[in-house]
Amino acid sequence: MRLAIDHRTTYRFTSPQARLTQLLRLTPEDTHDQSVAGWHLHVDCDARLRYGRDGFGNRTTMLYVEGPIDSIEIHVSGEVLTNRSHGIVHGGHEPLPPQLFLRETPLTTPNAEIASFAQTIDESDPVARLHALNLAVHRRFALCRGKPVAGRTAIEAFAEGEVSARDLAQVFVTAARTLGVPARYVSGYSPACVDVADARPAPHGWAEAHVPGLGWVAFDPCTGLCADEAYARVAVALDSAGAAPVAGSRLGEGEELLDVDLHVDRTSGQ
Amino acid sequence: MGQAGSTTPRDELAALGAWIETTPDAELRRRQQSAEATFRQLGITFAVYGESDASERIIPFDIVPRIFLADEWERLSAGLVQRVEAINAFLHDIYGERRILAEGVLPPDLIFGNPQFRPEIAGIRPPHDIWAHICGIDLVRTGPDDFFVLEDNARTPSGVSYMLENREAMLRLCPELFRDFHVAAVDSYPDRLLETMKSVAPVGVAAPVCVVLTPGHYNSAYYEHSFLADSMGIELVEAADLVVDDDVVWMRTIAGRVKVDVIYRRIDDDYLDPLVFRPDSMLGVPGLIAAYAAGNVALLNAPGNGIADDKAIYSYMPEIVKFYSGGDPKLPNVETWRCREPQALKYVLERLPELVVKLVDGSGGYGMLVGPTATKAEIESFRAALIAEPHRYIAQPTLALSTVPTLAAAGLAPRHVDFRPFVLTGSKGVQVVPGGLTRVALKEGSLVVNSSQGGGTKDSFVLMDNGAGAEPKGQLQSQTQSQEQVS
Repeated sequence: MRLAIDHRTTYRFTSPQARLTQLLRLTPEDTHDQSVAGWHLHVDCDARLRYGRDGFGNRTTMLYVEGPIDSIEIHVSGEVLTNRSHGIVHGGHEPLPPQLFLRETPLTTPNAEIASFAQTIDESDPVARLHALNLAVHRRFALCRGKPVAGRTAIEAFAEGEVSARDLAQVFVTAARTLGVPARYVSGYSPACVDVADARPAPHGWAEAHVPGLGWVAFDPCTGLCADEAYARVAVALDSAGAAPVAGSRLGEGEELLDVDLHVDRTSGQ
Repeated sequence: MGQAGSTTPRDELAALGAWIETTPDAELRRRQQSAEATFRQLGITFAVYGESDASERIIPFDIVPRIFLADEWERLSAGLVQRVEAINAFLHDIYGERRILAEGVLPPDLIFGNPQFRPEIAGIRPPHDIWAHICGIDLVRTGPDDFFVLEDNARTPSGVSYMLENREAMLRLCPELFRDFHVAAVDSYPDRLLETMKSVAPVGVAAPVCVVLTPGHYNSAYYEHSFLADSMGIELVEAADLVVDDDVVWMRTIAGRVKVDVIYRRIDDDYLDPLVFRPDSMLGVPGLIAAYAAGNVALLNAPGNGIADDKAIYSYMPEIVKFYSGGDPKLPNVETWRCREPQALKYVLERLPELVVKLVDGSGGYGMLVGPTATKAEIESFRAALIAEPHRYIAQPTLALSTVPTLAAAGLAPRHVDFRPFVLTGSKGVQVVPGGLTRVALKEGSLVVNSSQGGGTKDSFVLMDNGAGAEPKGQLQSQTQSQEQVS
């Protein structure tokens, strides 16, 4: 499948900022089943960009802007070609072992409710169990159409009826870890949310769980299915904060207003 | 200096005994008070956490120095060098190839499940591959040649300012001692530290700019931060003074911005860079880890070092030292039971009243049970905690810690001590500064030396030869007094 992605992130500031420093995770990378056919990152102001990788192996771009600055638009666009892989991730850059992804973070700390929810999954085969968990998370919540609530933990999300795709993925990750399954958050692009709930287009978040013998398998509780060829992976981490497309710091007074405009168009075949 | 259970001082230290004998008690006390008054004036204070008045206190100073003989120091140093080399090799490996896990020396979950292993910086190689530039290795002694490592401090160990200020005070108040004993100087520490910093600057930087980064004057060790910057003649900066641009660290100065090459940071990893660690940190510098990953700045000590001095890792240090050095550890560990292991937990639960139990992630003497001095209720509450979360605890035997003569309310009395020497690692090698911080448990019988729990400090003399010198001379006392009047 060919995914054409056009993603604009705009920050407007209510008063001019003296400096902006941002860490961007907006560059997908080739795996066995995903090849990036042209990718551009463009910023609408005089910015210095530096490319690197974080500890999880994700490609990063450091962005440095000297103010005064009122707004910034970060525009990424390009095409990603994907193969059908039944959700199994082959040939990714994996600097850390699966075991690391058993650890909790403040956003993915479980409580008794999440743990017993995971325990109710009655499947002995590891893959079947993860499929069942994915479906259970999918069925338990309604997908919210608005913006995700910033900084919401898995415990907070679990108490809600309507949550974002990010929350769903984080609940899945948290629940899977209580079963002793290494799991991680994935950020990237997919039209899945738009398909499922007619939600506003936004960068997507789903999950990967590690199955011995198979490796990392991608699950999207948004659809209740494995993440298939309509997904372009960009970054993985222990939680949504670690894989966030933009982590930023600014020097200046006032508020910031975030606006996201995203188009993911798919055409089948190569 | 006696071992627990013995009150006979080591004979080679007779000269110290003679000095104590011939100096009147009141005079010793007067000098001690004078030293403490100086510390108060200098502002060498600390705040005790959890105290409502949050008053600044000085750490009590004891006028009677502790003495290390030249040959025992030599053995100790060799052990410290070996230990710190192993710590550096371990950090290099664990954030890189992870050979030690591949060869089955450590259980992988001990590393990957440990919050002190920071995946955020995995794969980054610090300049010159040096991680633990400044280590403070806590030692205890239980016999003439029996030193044990109690704790490896490889993050941002503090206390070196006490080593230096205590020595200053002793030189001023007890100059006669320095004639009787050939004491190795410690005042070169700031120079050595600066040399260490310069030596680990990114390759190709001819005249590296070095700074000390402090969280600010509310930090309990702020005095030390400013003292070290001052004595090295380099800038003391806070996060707001630094800016990262284009993966390069700059310092704002009146004359414009200056590129910074080496940062001795006294800020914990969590607060270092809000883009990578805690996003709510106001103490850190956005982009600092990117600059570090790009190889444009050296951070002392390297982020992620907590995995080397974690209490859960501690019990594996003998294996770690052996793995990287190829030889047996010259400095042994205190025997440690890992409560995460069912057999060990069973043993510990059976012997709680005799053991010391510690939280794996505790520090400063908090979260600790000292069995022999604990109440029944304290023991039972630890028992419950151990059963609930065994993986959070380790246990050790209550050591018969050595005592040294200390000036107590009723006169000289033996008090338990530990010792923190400072070990510097630069690109030219590892060096042990001949001295350190002796902490003393001032309460009779107490084994807790932490300053937050009623501990004090004293000077630590490292002798350059084993001869303890001649008998003290009669005129010494008046000489000191006259000097006191001058100062």
